[in-house]
Amino acid sequence: MAELGARLLVVDDNKVNRLLLSRSVEMQGHRTAVAENGRIALEMLRVEAFDLLLLDIEMPEMDGFTVLEQLKADVQLRDLPVIVTSSVEGLDNIVRCIGLGAEDYLPKPVNPVLLKARIGASLEKKRLRDQQKELVRRFATSEVAQDLQQSGFALGGKRVHASVMFSDIRGFTALVESASPEETIELLNSYYALMFEAIGSHGGVVNQMVGDGLMALFGAPQPLADCAGAAVAAALEMIELIEQFNLERSAVEKVPMHIGIGIATGEVVAGYTGTQTRATYTCIGDTVNLAARLEAHTKVAGRSILIDDATQRSLGVGVPVQALGPVPFKGKAAAVEIFAVAAGPVA
Amino acid sequence: MGDEMGTPAIDLSTYNELKDTAGAEFVVELVDTFVEEAPGMLSELRSARTASDADRFRRAAHSIKSNANTFGALALGALARELELKGLAAEPAGDDPAIDALAAELARAGAELKGLCHG
Repeated sequence: MAELGARLLVVDDNKVNRLLLSRSVEMQGHRTAVAENGRIALEMLRVEAFDLLLLDIEMPEMDGFTVLEQLKADVQLRDLPVIVTSSVEGLDNIVRCIGLGAEDYLPKPVNPVLLKARIGASLEKKRLRDQQKELVRRFATSEVAQDLQQSGFALGGKRVHASVMFSDIRGFTALVESASPEETIELLNSYYALMFEAIGSHGGVVNQMVGDGLMALFGAPQPLADCAGAAVAAALEMIELIEQFNLERSAVEKVPMHIGIGIATGEVVAGYTGTQTRATYTCIGDTVNLAARLEAHTKVAGRSILIDDATQRSLGVGVPVQALGPVPFKGKAAAVEIFAVAAGPVA
Repeated sequence: MGDEMGTPAIDLSTYNELKDTAGAEFVVELVDTFVEEAPGMLSELRSARTASDADRFRRAAHSIKSNANTFGALALGALARELELKGLAAEPAGDDPAIDALAAELARAGAELKGLCHG
């Protein structure tokens, strides 16, 4: 049971109340910590994890209303359930607590049976909410999850400056044919784990996985100072990780894996697209199309990483880049200047 | 109300319910804490009155009310609630009779609680 052994913070300026509330809660099998006022409570909440807050209203230094306001404004703490326990006078004060996000209000002296029921209900709600958040995290990215939490869900996009990366596995079909289905899934999982690591460590976000290909964003949903530099650094790390992975594979006589990466930088329209019931966070626009074309072109050019002019111009001198001249791309009126980032030729 | 010496300060049904749900031993601890804290709460009320600090005055009265209700000290709770709702009187001396009455009832409730849980 999730509600057993929960950790509660009891906030009350009155010692008798603190003792009695802690006692009631502990008799229900939960653990408690106490705080004498709102300021101390917030300090504790920012360093320790609690499942539920029992909050008094009338307190010196910082009262319960202010605590509720500050919790609401804090992304990390806004989902913490709060039960207000107070003998504060006036219905308007109770309404104010609920308006500020309190889960429930219990008048003092608190009836232990009622308290038990309310704590159980609040913890159950928290458990469901945590589960939901975990699902969002698993199927979206933590950045998208955070964006959803901060701004809520709304279909529609905004223009942002970002770098878009496409990557896929060269000769994946042949690779699949040489392996069992289990091996293929395991191979894909290892590949994705490595790519997520390289992309995530440079501030990028993988927003789509299709078969052996992926699309990653640098600069959306959260802005990134040097998105082009970050994308290229991630690409170089991806190539390096694949090389290490290939060493391990050759040791057990498996064929090596090769990837191709295309990166383009510019304005993209980023946002949620789909329907109210099923949507995905994505980027669209010329920059996205160009990155996809560049990735496809790595096969033709025999290079691992191809980038566009805007990405190349943002890079520092430390990254060796070779101009490959203008290339006509489908859907582009004029030929596009493309550049290869030195990371060894594709085998 | 608090001056009716014939009426017990503590409502027994409230007190017994507290004892049943929280445990007899724990109630001893709780009463001891209340009796220890009571002089501090009272002096907070008086000093808030002297300083004409309405927030502190309301909070101190509120705190006493809250504890009184916990133990079933009905008269004490009513006196404290009156001060909490009414707030500071226009002139300091105006609150003295009510604070004195509350102090007397607080002492009476504390002594009765001691008797109940140690007796």
